[in-house]
Amino acid sequence: MASYSTSEFKSGLKVMLDGDPCAIIENEFVKPGKGQAFSRVKLRNLKTGKVWERTFKSGDSLEGADVLDVQMQYIFSDGEFWHFMDTETFEQKQADEAAVGDAKQWLKEEDMCEVTLYNGEPLNVNPPNFVELEIVETDPGLKGDTAGTGGKPATLSTGAVIRVPLFVQEGEIAKVDTRTGEYAGRIKN
Amino acid sequence: MVTDWRPTASLEAIKARAGLLSTVRAFFAARGVLEVDTPQLARHGVSDPHIQCIPVPGHGYLQSSPEYHMKRLLAAGSGPIYQICKAYRDGEAGARHNPEFTMLEWYRPGFDLSALINECLTLFGELFPGAPSRTYRFRDLFADVTGLDPLTTSDSDLIQRAEQHGAPEDLDKAAAVDYLMATTVEAALPAEQLSVVTDFPSWAAALAQTRTDTDGTEVALRFEIYYRGLELANGYQELTDADEQRRRFERDSRLRGEYGLNVMDADPYLLDAMHHGLPACSGVAMGVERLLMAQRNSNRIDEVLTFPGDRA
Repeated sequence: MASYSTSEFKSGLKVMLDGDPCAIIENEFVKPGKGQAFSRVKLRNLKTGKVWERTFKSGDSLEGADVLDVQMQYIFSDGEFWHFMDTETFEQKQADEAAVGDAKQWLKEEDMCEVTLYNGEPLNVNPPNFVELEIVETDPGLKGDTAGTGGKPATLSTGAVIRVPLFVQEGEIAKVDTRTGEYAGRIKN
Repeated sequence: MVTDWRPTASLEAIKARAGLLSTVRAFFAARGVLEVDTPQLARHGVSDPHIQCIPVPGHGYLQSSPEYHMKRLLAAGSGPIYQICKAYRDGEAGARHNPEFTMLEWYRPGFDLSALINECLTLFGELFPGAPSRTYRFRDLFADVTGLDPLTTSDSDLIQRAEQHGAPEDLDKAAAVDYLMATTVEAALPAEQLSVVTDFPSWAAALAQTRTDTDGTEVALRFEIYYRGLELANGYQELTDADEQRRRFERDSRLRGEYGLNVMDADPYLLDAMHHGLPACSGVAMGVERLLMAQRNSNRIDEVLTFPGDRA
């Protein structure tokens, strides 16, 4: 892998730090007076999701990380692994629970996800921004209430629980914004 | 692929730049300071090991500041001069830096450092109406904020403190002091006040004169002015001694070698001009984008540049 010097650091660059792959979020060049310049860098550890702040001397370098974001189709879960397929090459990858993380509550078979590969193996899975999932359980709402002031909990086919307006019924398909976990409408059959 | 072809500065910010430049030009016209224009492409670049010039094959370097050429004009008898020009520094990119930026630089023969500080504050009175000012000696300010004396505290204590504040390892004392200055000390300055810092440690003299402080330590006749968290101005009572200038070139050249940087030959034109005689003078440089950022209370240089480096 190539190595990158501080002057090449920019948002999105993937580098190795303390043995973990990280994505640079922000690089602030700091030059006090006439002396040594520094780069104050914010990085997201791609394994843990934690944000690190580090300062480097200008000219220092970090090893690039073999990290790649690819679009893959979610196929199925066997309980231990979540399986994804590259729809062009038909190559399959299996992601463990740590890699799938919170995304698992939004995964519907055949949906396209962004899978981050580290040394060729799934490190992280991003669900689509919007998913359409069936409501499998919710209390019957009051007829005529369309304002949906407080809403009610509804369980989706994946097990995720979201808040929906009172008029939404079991068996309907809800559209959910996976970034916020909020109800974003229903799909008319 | 869709390109980011639009400017990052708003039309309002583009107009604010035009307004600021006309204020600056009127300010100097009223004071009889001559506007000059010197080359941005020249055979020699600055020797300072902490500034990297952008080389242009077959021509030399894009200038990191108009300093050397302006000093040659002063030596030739120009009298007080100012310049608004582009300057280039390799590797300086970030929220507050762009490798190409606009510099306002002026020189005042016969002015000592405090006369030049007063003139800077008068200009800032027009650019930042109503902002109060306060002057600090570097050493006192540093000691007030950190509890350490930048000149007499042991190297290891200064380095250890810098590391506690997140500095990388293997800094030398000067770099540790710079680091603490840039992180904790600057952050402690009141944002809405023009903070003038004077009497820098002698290792930060660059092309400034030095003098011996009351307790025998060597300080640089140099100042900086901070406002709203930005370093706006950097001024010197200029070194006029050609032999001392040659020694600083040689020291810079040795340091560049140690750091593994390209060797920058001493600029013979500047040395000859100084031998001929640079009048006693003070000079200051300001980043025009910084001035605009301070006026607009912005902390991103993109907001005041039409097209920053990554979309130019």
